[in-house]
Amino acid sequence: MERELAAGLAEVGRTYGGEGDVEVIADRREVAVLRVGEVAVKAHLPGADAAALTERLRLVSHPALAELLLAPLSPLPVVVRDRLVTAWPLGTPVDPDAPDAAPWEQSARLLARLHRVDTGQLAPLPRSAGPDRFLRTVDELRAHDGPEVREVFGAFGTLPPLRPPVRALLTHGDWHLGQLVTVPGGWRLIDVDDLGAGDPEWDLARPAALHAIGVLEPREWDVFLGAYRAERGPAVPAEGNPWPALDVTARALVVQMAARSLLTARRTGTALDDLDLALVDACARIGADMRHG
Amino acid sequence: MQCPKCHANMRTYDRMGVHIEQCDGCRGVFLDYGELEALNRLEGQWAQPAPPPPAAAPYPAQPAWGAGHHGGHYGHRKQGFGRLFFSS
Repeated sequence: MERELAAGLAEVGRTYGGEGDVEVIADRREVAVLRVGEVAVKAHLPGADAAALTERLRLVSHPALAELLLAPLSPLPVVVRDRLVTAWPLGTPVDPDAPDAAPWEQSARLLARLHRVDTGQLAPLPRSAGPDRFLRTVDELRAHDGPEVREVFGAFGTLPPLRPPVRALLTHGDWHLGQLVTVPGGWRLIDVDDLGAGDPEWDLARPAALHAIGVLEPREWDVFLGAYRAERGPAVPAEGNPWPALDVTARALVVQMAARSLLTARRTGTALDDLDLALVDACARIGADMRHG
Repeated sequence: MQCPKCHANMRTYDRMGVHIEQCDGCRGVFLDYGELEALNRLEGQWAQPAPPPPAAAPYPAQPAWGAGHHGGHYGHRKQGFGRLFFSS
């Protein structure tokens, strides 16, 4: 992390009551997160929209969401070195090195409850940015070519054009296990950047896609899907085959993850690994199924 | 207590928590208020069939393009877990 940005984030953390150790928690392409004691400070995606982020901070602070989403300490984003910055209570994230302890059930229950929130009390809702994230990733790949890139676009070509949400329920927009922390009150969803009205199938798309390509084990997928259904989540029918409901967004997430794999490999000059190839293979099957099926 | 029919002595038996008076003479049975209902409840529990074994899912575990249909689980769970279940 750039030294001036880190210093600025630490200052924001102290403004919101953080005391003690300063530590960089995440420093990725899109976001940087630093902690000051019990306060987490996040620098959002470069070029993020201040009005949209402010709207989402307002939304996530609504009392109806207090047990579902972590509420910010900062009611408005502040600007540090041209980045929008927000402050949050520090939570404990899911351990990426402990697959067996992953909170699939709690995740599914939180998502189901999020999807069932009465959106009337939250109006006006911003549009979920999940589908935009998908399109943005595919658009980035258009500058490239090669056999793998063509497989990804072959799969992309099988998808129906994106339409405005059919149901406009409250959705997270970029859900994965990194979007969950424990705080003294229990598990909470974090990251409001893509939060908004959307089709709830998008929030289940990543685990559905990873189950379909053989990375998420059937047992864990069953726990996730079962808990979502037990909590009356609206993205899938209460019983029976979930795939007609999930197929399109699961295919979209295979395409998105494959595109991200190819982009990362080209940016860093590294070879594709087995997982990257599993995603590209899945794209090839999606394209083939649609051509022959 | 005496049997209302033959006036012989009645003896109390305890059957699965329900008190039953039975006549030593004619073997007739006397039930107190609520005891018949209690017996019916017990019978209902006894007669309830065991739940059927869970049937195999009547729908596919994966969509048609899933890896399972084309052979092979990738088996890189730990690697996949760390990279694909978090921000990439």
